[in-house]
Amino acid sequence: MALLEVDDLRTYFHTREGVVRAVEGVSFSVEKGETLGIVGESGSGKSVANYSLLGLVPCPPGRIESGTARFGGIDLLRCSAEERRAVRGRRISMVFQDPMTALNPYMTIGEQVMEPLLVHEGSTRGQARERAAATMDSVGIPDASKRLSDYPHQYSGGMRQRVMIAMALITKPEILIADEPTTALDVTVQAQILALIKKRQQDLGMAVILVTHDFGIVAGVCDRVLVMYAGRIVESAATRELFRNPRHPYTKALMASMPSAHAKGEELYTIPGMPPDLARPMTGCPFAPRCEHAVDMCRRGATALVEIAPGRASACLRVQAGEL
Amino acid sequence: MSEYLLELRGVKTHFPVRRGLFFDHRVGTVKAVDGVTLQIPKGEILGLVGESGCGKSTLARTVVQLVPATEGAILLNGTDLTVLSRRELRAARREMQMIFQDPYASLNPRMTVYDAIAEPMLVHGIISAREASREVSRLMEITGLAARYVRKYPHEFSGGQRQRIALARALSLRPKLILADEPVSALDVSVQAQILNLIGGLCRDMGLTLVLISHDLSVVRHLSHRIAVMYLGKIVEIGPAETVFTRPLHPYTQVLLSAVPVPDPDRRRSQTVLRGEPPSPLNPPPGCPFHPRCPVADDRCAATVPEFVARDNQLAACLKIH
Repeated sequence: MALLEVDDLRTYFHTREGVVRAVEGVSFSVEKGETLGIVGESGSGKSVANYSLLGLVPCPPGRIESGTARFGGIDLLRCSAEERRAVRGRRISMVFQDPMTALNPYMTIGEQVMEPLLVHEGSTRGQARERAAATMDSVGIPDASKRLSDYPHQYSGGMRQRVMIAMALITKPEILIADEPTTALDVTVQAQILALIKKRQQDLGMAVILVTHDFGIVAGVCDRVLVMYAGRIVESAATRELFRNPRHPYTKALMASMPSAHAKGEELYTIPGMPPDLARPMTGCPFAPRCEHAVDMCRRGATALVEIAPGRASACLRVQAGEL
Repeated sequence: MSEYLLELRGVKTHFPVRRGLFFDHRVGTVKAVDGVTLQIPKGEILGLVGESGCGKSTLARTVVQLVPATEGAILLNGTDLTVLSRRELRAARREMQMIFQDPYASLNPRMTVYDAIAEPMLVHGIISAREASREVSRLMEITGLAARYVRKYPHEFSGGQRQRIALARALSLRPKLILADEPVSALDVSVQAQILNLIGGLCRDMGLTLVLISHDLSVVRHLSHRIAVMYLGKIVEIGPAETVFTRPLHPYTQVLLSAVPVPDPDRRRSQTVLRGEPPSPLNPPPGCPFHPRCPVADDRCAATVPEFVARDNQLAACLKIH
């Protein structure tokens, strides 16, 4: 049994301009101890899908229209607020992209790292303080016990992201959702933070859902990958398989547009057109208008993520038909 | 006439740090740019890389005189910009234009595309209001913007299109030098490719000289002829792009390159993960600025400021290079 099983998740935003179908029928599972990468460009729904799981989508305008997310006997999408609170920040925790805005500037670092313990485990302040210092030490914050009383602005960007990770890990969660955890950081610090997440993952045996737009990071740390486009998963595969042989034209095009896939100075491959407006109704494959392999059936037929080989799925109709 | 379009001689940009409300006093100096000497020939694309806070953006701002240099000379076509009067400087600025990272912040939200592109030309009086319309159309065409967008406002555009508007505005004065500060960092991979193609193509076609600042080394490698690596306000290595990437001399360049994630799962390398974070330019270490984090530093590095060592046309400031 998978640790987390998401089935047919749909999250829509009801705006004045229309219904924005941010997540449109997403299904995936997370196994114990694995690192699952979710890649996609801005607006592909990768963050909203994860926010939906933890009840972090602002409602209104957001609404979860359908789906289940089975985690340890409860459905995260339909459980009571109380049940969700018992999971969020304790058994599933989250690290956000921007450590500048995710920390409370009015609270000391210590208070913020201790908070999950005080809320979830009913620890005394003394115990919590001790464990906060130990956890901060384990994520590489020097002089942790002395820096508990500092405020976020006294920390650098990299150190703040370590604090975020310490907060997320202090309750020893089963799943860590990391939403672009290193996008705001320098490459040297990024390497440190990714190595840190990997190491703590091994120590604690937790699963990691890593949301990113960087194929380099995916290749470096993920076991399995989901590629998202226009609110849907268009391809899922083991990391090595995905890079060896992408089985959706969008994945292929995205990989081809990276500078590192080109000879120096060569014209970079670009995907024609723009991502679809999710507030407009769509027929056929969402990528069809930009796809160089699109045929008539792509523009008319409905697409679904279908298994094309063990552990591999693609939403491309032509791949499914064996034509590509 | 100098053989270089842009030449920097020992440029320093220091910022005083002040404390106190009533008894304002100087408590230190941030040495954002600390002695940069650099020559850029006409038509070259120079990539400038380094971690945040290394001074790469301040260096670009100093070149266009958005911040004054504390020391040193900045020669554009042989004329020292640091000694010009305001009026002379304004004329000189026509020759050099800057493109910023955030196309959401760098365009005036109350100006239409037309106004944004035409404004520099009208300010500098290089065309009449009557000719402007034709020139704006031309610039929109070469930057890949459909002519029907001319009356739209920035908020109606995507990030990539806004960066095209910024580019059209920068090109309107027919500059010789473009300084692009992280021009594609805010964009998605697929859009990034479009803008990089555009910038590369324009440089080639118009013979522009480009200083390309980016923390994304694959972007810089793709376009640049030469690469300069900055650390704590100083250039620590400079050389032909391919040589710097394939055979970096300075330990910092080596570490920086090994930290870049490679999109190939079969090449998960044993990275040299750099300890610590860049030190504050408020209090730079003595000797080689990189020595506290350097994997090969010894006592000598803590005491001696390294000079450039040349290997062919690649220069690196490290005592450990023989």
